[in-house]
Amino acid sequence: MLIFRHEDGKKVASPEQIEHWMKQTMDWIGGIAAQNKFSGGNGLPFEESKVVRHNSVVTNGPFGEIKETIGGYIIVKAESVDEAVEFAKGCPVLQSDGNSVEVRKIARGDGFH
Amino acid sequence: MEHQELIPHLFRIEYRKIVSVLCKRFGFGQVETAEDIASDTFLTAAQMWPLNGIPEEPVAWLYSVARNKAKNYLQRNHVFERKITQAVKDNAADIYEIDLSPQNISDSQLQMMFAICHPAIPPEAQIGLSLRILCGFGIDEIADAFLTNKEMINKRLFRAREKLREEKITIELPTQTEIDVRLDTVLTTLYLLFSEGYYSASQQQTLRKDLCLEAMRLCYMLVDNPYTNKPQVNALLSLMCFHASRFDARINESGETVLYDEQDTSLWNGELISKGGYFLQRATTGTIVSKYHLEASIAYWNTQKEDTRGKWENILQFYNHLLQLAYSPVAALNRTYALSKVKGKQEAINEAEKLKLVTNHFYFTLLGELYTGIDTNKANANLKRAIELAKTQVDKQIIQKKIDRLVK
Repeated sequence: MLIFRHEDGKKVASPEQIEHWMKQTMDWIGGIAAQNKFSGGNGLPFEESKVVRHNSVVTNGPFGEIKETIGGYIIVKAESVDEAVEFAKGCPVLQSDGNSVEVRKIARGDGFH
Repeated sequence: MEHQELIPHLFRIEYRKIVSVLCKRFGFGQVETAEDIASDTFLTAAQMWPLNGIPEEPVAWLYSVARNKAKNYLQRNHVFERKITQAVKDNAADIYEIDLSPQNISDSQLQMMFAICHPAIPPEAQIGLSLRILCGFGIDEIADAFLTNKEMINKRLFRAREKLREEKITIELPTQTEIDVRLDTVLTTLYLLFSEGYYSASQQQTLRKDLCLEAMRLCYMLVDNPYTNKPQVNALLSLMCFHASRFDARINESGETVLYDEQDTSLWNGELISKGGYFLQRATTGTIVSKYHLEASIAYWNTQKEDTRGKWENILQFYNHLLQLAYSPVAALNRTYALSKVKGKQEAINEAEKLKLVTNHFYFTLLGELYTGIDTNKANANLKRAIELAKTQVDKQIIQKKIDRLVK
């Protein structure tokens, strides 16, 4: 699983910027899917997000004290962690300096996903 | 048309109609009988027509022979007679009559489509049975479509027929919720049927066109029925219309394939293009985006003659989406071609090298094209590899032309 970490989820982007990112992201995912290595994924919009804490305390947004926010994820069919890392390197999220892509195995017992 | 051509042509179109009507009448318990009577009818035609000449109305002739054979069968077969459904018995005057009216043919076929696509039948067998019973494909042709041999197909069809009997599947339209579940298989079958006609290596133009028209006609039947008139059905029909619009342009007088870039666009069928647009619009009424929606959208852009950047950007995005829904090597290659049009050959080469479809001649043809103008040696090597892998003479010729151009 490739998880997109954004440094600051509060930044507001213009519709043109969002469209540009969308296209780039789709091109990146399309390239993975063209190798038949794409399994699934979702964008996670920041709007209307909530955080539920201990004792049922509910706050707005995922941002609170944490600096980083998760903006989405995709699941790829990689032979190895190294292959998944190669996919991650192409992620458009990384064009922004503070952002990162976290590469994680999914526990399933049937190999990497 | 001489009888040697006419009989196979009529077999294509009429065999499945006769089978559907008889099968609906007899029930799946007698599916082989229905197929035997239909085959027998064509055998009789093949024996009589060369001697007596082609009848004035060949289709009516076939129907009347099939009707008589079915009646004889019903009268002869006492065991079966006792099994005839109550509904038929109630209508005593009509007991041996076989209704081959256009309405009953169309109803029987629609109901048959859904009966075959029953969840108890494995998907491969469903498609095989559909090709056999709904489309009148020969066992050889089905084996070709599945890339397997005749014995496998015969075995698979035998098991599927057994299953139809065991499950006591009736030939009628399922409930609305069932329709939604089974529609996917029905559409897959129609899609396969259309592709068989459109991409077949067969040199027989009429036969190939018939296949496409039959697939479209079956799809029209679904669109015409309020229960099956769903967005994805309209999308599939739209896709077929857009593709079929180039049917006359993509083959020249000597039967050779003409590539998209080199087609005489005045031969594109404007009426089918606007029909495609109409059905695509009707497909966008819901929230469903099926692979047929995406393929139809790509096919729409392919009917736009101008080679604009917007066209290719749209095509690329639709392929990106399509590959996430349903991967196929063809879609992966076409996506890479679209990428070269949007982002240039070098970037497309980088992505193409990752695809590693090393047994696919289209893959090496694409690499050859991408390297053309960038690295002539590599272009040449890839095209030569493509020729080695190409299976048909037509494909080999097309690639050879590209090599010849490279050297000039």
